[in-house]
Amino acid sequence: MKRRTLGLTAAALASAPLAAPALAQGGPVEISFWHGLAQPLGGILEGIANQFNESQRRYRIVSSFRGSYPETMVAAIAAFRAGTAPHIVQMFEVGTGTMMAAGRAIKPVHELLAETGISINFDDYLPAVRGYYSLADGRMMAMPFNSSTAIMFYNKEAFRRAGLDPEQPPATWAALRAAAQRLRAAGIEVPMTTAWPTWTQVEQFSAIHNQPIATLDNGFGGLGAELRVNNPVQVRHLNTLIEMSREGTFRWGGRDGAGDAIFASGQAAIIHASSGARARFVREVPGGVSNIGFAMLPYYEDVPGAPFNSIIGGAAFWAMNRGPNATRSAEEFRGIAEFFAFIAQPRIVAFWHTETGFLPLTRTAFEQVRASGFYDQNPGADIPIRQLLRGGGQMTGNTRGIRLGGFVEIRVIMQEEMERALQGQQTAQQAMDNSVARGNVVLRNFERANRA
Amino acid sequence: MSAPAPASFLFRGRLLPLALLAPQLAVTLIFFYWPAVQALYQSFLREDAFGLSRHFVGLENFADVLTDPTWLQALWRTILFSTAVAGLALTVALFLAVQADKHIRGAATYKTLLIWPYAVAPAVAAVLWLFMFHPHIGLFGRMLNGLGIAWDYKLRGDQAMLLVIIASAWKQVSYNFIFFLAGLQSIPRSVLEAAAIDGARPMRRFWTVVFPLLSPTAFFLLVVNLTYAFFDTFGVIHAITQGGPGKATETLIYRAYTDGVMNLNLGTSAAQSVILMVMVIVLTMAQFRFIERKVHY
Repeated sequence: MKRRTLGLTAAALASAPLAAPALAQGGPVEISFWHGLAQPLGGILEGIANQFNESQRRYRIVSSFRGSYPETMVAAIAAFRAGTAPHIVQMFEVGTGTMMAAGRAIKPVHELLAETGISINFDDYLPAVRGYYSLADGRMMAMPFNSSTAIMFYNKEAFRRAGLDPEQPPATWAALRAAAQRLRAAGIEVPMTTAWPTWTQVEQFSAIHNQPIATLDNGFGGLGAELRVNNPVQVRHLNTLIEMSREGTFRWGGRDGAGDAIFASGQAAIIHASSGARARFVREVPGGVSNIGFAMLPYYEDVPGAPFNSIIGGAAFWAMNRGPNATRSAEEFRGIAEFFAFIAQPRIVAFWHTETGFLPLTRTAFEQVRASGFYDQNPGADIPIRQLLRGGGQMTGNTRGIRLGGFVEIRVIMQEEMERALQGQQTAQQAMDNSVARGNVVLRNFERANRA
Repeated sequence: MSAPAPASFLFRGRLLPLALLAPQLAVTLIFFYWPAVQALYQSFLREDAFGLSRHFVGLENFADVLTDPTWLQALWRTILFSTAVAGLALTVALFLAVQADKHIRGAATYKTLLIWPYAVAPAVAAVLWLFMFHPHIGLFGRMLNGLGIAWDYKLRGDQAMLLVIIASAWKQVSYNFIFFLAGLQSIPRSVLEAAAIDGARPMRRFWTVVFPLLSPTAFFLLVVNLTYAFFDTFGVIHAITQGGPGKATETLIYRAYTDGVMNLNLGTSAAQSVILMVMVIVLTMAQFRFIERKVHY
């Protein structure tokens, strides 16, 4: 492996026309690919990489699972510092701000495509996805792949037991709370919970209600953004959650993705989770897919204009340089670009979408899936994309997405403060004020460390 | 400490002794001194996550850490946590060792079983406790809730703290048990018999004869346990609570990890490591001084 890399570097130093035949004899060029998806998603993803390997003989993607998203991010950064970064890393959406500011650690996708002469039609991608990973002038920085949005899943059997109509999920927070109270009265242990608490209850919530997470269009406008999550609508919502927690209708499922397990085991009746959790729920929830209802995230009717579109989460693929003092050969970049072009094909996009519940990223793939009758056979599978386009699709500065540096840390801060509020140690207002104060320190440090 | 014999006394050249020492010296230099120096160096810098830009900030990282109220809270929490873990692990181990030292049937089996948990890695131990006490899927967690006790360590800080204390102490009981048992067995029978003949009852014999003779062992174990609770419980906390809920189980070592590895603030994390390093040095010095005195009483 090491010797091959050395050989490649030597080949890159030689003139390009000579290099290609030499490589053909040395076997395929290995492209390392680190991802953060556990089973079953990881297996499906690696299956796609294997399809690429079988489709040609020049490059070989070597996939490896590196733990959760944050762990994968940390591993890739540490590897870069050591000069052994992977060619491609899957980075979750909160790492986007950090990656955008990473300078020569990353190889922007627009550069990669321009240098290798390979083209990908990004105009076909959903605006919400394209906007998330591009610079202000529209140049793409990363390769979108598994974008999701948060939606509401509910257990139809639990709804029936509580005398609720399993085909009529609650659309507003008032209706959700009333339904949760009925579920509670019917003896359901966990009427409602959530996975990724800050993503669903702060970030998605803010977009749906057109409230700012931070100034400067949630950080899209520059590194000087300041948090605004202590706005009245957000505080009101945390209050609702605290009250629901007290009356036993909302249970804190833990940080990050921990809440998924409670719904997967059939204990929770309602969960707000990533649309990408569909693959797991369909396999694990007792009763399978026919027992699971899919719905859009609820909203407060009295907030002007609500509901707006939700925002994307999930992850994208970033091409990385090898290390601070190490470069890659043109051949390696070409391999990365060809893999990106491979996964941009409508049939791959459609396959990933229908298998997993992640979004269909391109219009072509969406139309293709719709024409195949998939949404008629799988009710609810189009909920994520419809929710992304809710509100007429005119995005505001608050609903385009979030691009804040150090956002991984800010999320943990918000989770800590929410936990302390739910424990009764502080009010909702204090929790969000503390989040803003502590989060702004992170933002200023990031701004300082990344000022050129 | 006696003065070491001159090298020429045992070895003819200088090369052979150096060669024999080299592996250990290399391990010490590469795995202890080099990272320590790196940490010291980084604690004066502020840099971005990828290491592409860095600048010298003097003592600013230390000032940031020492004035951060959440860090100071973590310091007190760590002291509380460590005292509780050491206290619990020592008491339980001493009790078990005294029981195992008696002439009972199957003593050998009993002793072996008590030593087993030490072979379990902290993270694995933590996962066992996690599965037992998870409020929704754990056997005991559900049982507690069924009994009407609102058990939810994912949200209640005190319960989370209790759980990590018990899980950490459980892990250390076996280690303490071995030492206490060895200590008990080295107490001469004649002393105990003499006390018994003088009419001292078992409890009195324990507190006036056994316990004082065990005190060097106990003190050694206290230091080892405190060090363990301070630095080696990362795996337990990481697997069970990740420092939460809120910051209820965030100890100093966990804080250094979160800041350095998860949040990628290498400067502040390095400063915290340096502070921790000073603490270990002080703790170790105290131990050597005190033990030296104790041993030669």
